[in-house]
Order: sequence, then C-alpha cells, then structure tokens
Amino acid sequence: MSKEFKLQTPLTDEDIEPLRAGDKVLLSGLVYTARDSAHKKIVQALEAGLPSPFPLQGAVIYYVGPSPAPEGRPIGSAGPTTSYRMDSFAPYLHSLGVKASIGKGKRNDAVKKSLREHKAVYFGATGGAGALISQCIEQAKVIAYEELGPEAVRVLKVKDFPLLVINDAFGGELYAQPAIDL
Amino acid sequence: MRQIDARIITQQVADMVVQANVELPQDVLGALTTALANETSDAGREVLQQLLDNAALAKSTRLPLCQDTGLAVFFVELGNECHIVGDLTEAINQGVRDGYRDGFLRKSSCHPLTRKNTGDNTPAIIHTDIVPGDTLTIKFMAKGGGSENMSRATMLTPAQGWEGIRDFVVRRMAEAGPNPCPPTIVGVGIGGTFDLAPILAKKALFRPLDVPHPDPEIAAMEDELFAAINALGIGPMGLGGRTTCLGVRINMAPCHIASLPLAVNVQCHSSRHLEVHI
Repeated sequence: MSKEFKLQTPLTDEDIEPLRAGDKVLLSGLVYTARDSAHKKIVQALEAGLPSPFPLQGAVIYYVGPSPAPEGRPIGSAGPTTSYRMDSFAPYLHSLGVKASIGKGKRNDAVKKSLREHKAVYFGATGGAGALISQCIEQAKVIAYEELGPEAVRVLKVKDFPLLVINDAFGGELYAQPAIDL
Repeated sequence: MRQIDARIITQQVADMVVQANVELPQDVLGALTTALANETSDAGREVLQQLLDNAALAKSTRLPLCQDTGLAVFFVELGNECHIVGDLTEAINQGVRDGYRDGFLRKSSCHPLTRKNTGDNTPAIIHTDIVPGDTLTIKFMAKGGGSENMSRATMLTPAQGWEGIRDFVVRRMAEAGPNPCPPTIVGVGIGGTFDLAPILAKKALFRPLDVPHPDPEIAAMEDELFAAINALGIGPMGLGGRTTCLGVRINMAPCHIASLPLAVNVQCHSSRHLEVHI
C-alpha cells in the first residue's frame, strides 16, 4: 500500500529511506529549477572548480521552465518537463548531494543505479497541470543564468507540492510496463 | 479580389495564440471527461481529475494550461481570391510576438546549437496552402516539445503494409511510455513522400476527437490503433490504466510505388489548437 509523507527541504537520508515507489509526498521548502541548458552550465561550472549556484547538499532539483509571471503572481504556469534529457547529468549531481529530482517520464538505468548508490529519489509531478501546480509556489526568484530566460535557475518556495515517488532508492519503480515486448 | 490588411491578421493571431493556450477545446475536455468515467486505475483517475481541474483553473485565471506554451505552428489556407496587403509571414510572426508577450506565454524558440533563445517565440512554423475562394483560414497549434520529441518518421516497404504501420505506431507509443504526457492524441501520416508524411500527421491532429474520419475504412484503422494503444496499459502519465490515448487521427496520401512513408506525430493531452476564418 502506498503511504503519504510530508517532507521539508533540504532532504536527508532519513527522509529518503522510508520512501517507496508509489508513495505520495507533499513537499515544502526551497527547490531549485534547472533544465537542459542550466544543467550543462552547472556541471561545467562544477567541473571547472566553480561553485554551484545553489547548495547541492540535500537539494531538490525541479525540471521546469515556467511561463512568465503575470502581475500579482509569483510565477506563471509551472509543471514538470520530461526528465530523460537530464539523465546524463543526474548521477554526478547525486554524487554531490542532490537528494531528489522532480520531473515526468522515464529515467535511464544509470540514474536508477545512482539513486540506489546515493540514497536519492525521483519524484513525478503531473505533466500538463502547470496552472494547478503553480498554486503551490509561493515565491520564485532567478538566482543564476538569467540570460537563459525560461531556462534560468530559480529558487522556488513551495508549499505542499503534490508528488509521487516514481523511482525509490531501492530499485522500485512506479511506471506501468507496456503490455508488449520492446 | 478581396483585400485583407495584414494588421488584421496580426491581431487575430495575437488573440488566438493566447486563447488556445488558456482554454482547452471542447472536444478535448469531452474526451478527458469520458476517460475519467471509464478509467479503472485510481492513479489514472486522479491524474485525469487534475487535468480537468487544471483546465478549469487556466480558463478562469488565464494562466497557461501548461508552462510549455509550444512552438507556434500554423497551417494557413489562403483563398486564391484574397490579396494580402502587407507581408503574410511577417504578420503572423508579429501576432506571435504580441500574443506571447502580452499573454505571459513562455518563449521556447532557440538556436538549435547555441541554444540561445530567440526571445519572442518566433519564427513561427508556417505551412501555407493555396485554396479556392476568398477566405483566409489560419489554424494554430501550440506544439509542446515533450510530445514532439516522441514523434518519429520512417520509410516502410510496400510489403509491410497495414500490419507494418500498426506495429510501428503501437511500438512507438509503447516506447514513448510516460514521456509525452499521456493520454496522448496520435497523429499518423501515411503515404506521400519523406517530407509529406509528417505534415499529414501534424495536420491530422486538428480534426476534433468527436469527429470520425469520413472514410469508414480509415475510421476503422483509427479505431484499431486506438484500441491497441490503450491495451498497452500505460495509462494517464504512465501510472497504469485504460487511458493511454484519447484518439488516433490518420491522414493518408498516395505515395511512390517503391515506398510506404509513415510518420507518427505525438500530441500530449493538452491539445491546444484553434482556427480562425478571415
């Protein structure tokens, strides 16, 4: 049976250990946005010995490029983007302390292995529900790579962001396997 | 010759790109509602309910349905008795600039290699057909990247026939799994040439989900693919269930005796499109 958890960022090993694929999580606290181009820049910076634009220890990275904030709102629509494009970066970031990523869609075997090795999880949010998800975001601020526009790194303050554990730290996966031999 | 001022086109395009991005078409809402009634998986039902809630919220707040407000794709049907006073392509691009700026829509167009954002979501992707009459029809689709990435084209051999087509389409959707935001709408282009098949597939996505194909044989093919894709059990957002796609739309054209071109253009559940007649 799936369980429900309320978690606060930054996440610790103790937060991650009880989570199993299929569990529901309401996440609160600070999360950091990064997608394709930001990942490339962050990893290039780290490999050059430069600091990350945000603290990696216990961090939750949200794969999102929000739409612009209309007046009176902290952010526009802000649902997840497809995660596999960040697969090549995720194991390295896990090794530096990142505890979770939020996206949609499948991860590759290297990421799943990395989740086990570094005690991390992969959360799914509902793709195409960006207006609804934006209601959980209380504040948003660009903190790096402003020139990337929608792909800039933002810090978001979220309250009870509804997530599903898709891949846990023990090899469990929630996604349905298609009824066909691939 | 009927004169159409390009400024009218710009205004209409600016309005339609915003409207399409905040309000789901009735046929898609209807299909999601039907899917919710028929879905047996709890996780699947929860997703479908969220999508309907999201659509209602977007409509009332004018927030975009999805943060990926797409590349702006247009199919223009220009009546040969129309004279555009001004530049048609530029008029459409200016409408995209205005609408994406004023509607707080995301600008997703970038250089393919440097990844530098063009800043205003132009250039739009514009396909133009000259048709009889004095009407200008502009069809717009906000095409998201996640589902577009799951699309494929191939050149089958004539011997592979319908069976080969069916296997390719179903296998493609199985491999795509949760990535393109199921339940999807699957556009299938059969025939033509290497370049025409994907255009046929994309055009097919404009046919409303509650309008069957006029050719009963093709309608039956759509039904067969629809059943086969939903039998995969991928379900809403890949969480399992009966609803993997909301519809399959086929467009067919004659092809070379040596070829059987096939394209699968995947559309996410947020099928945002509109058309205007000027």
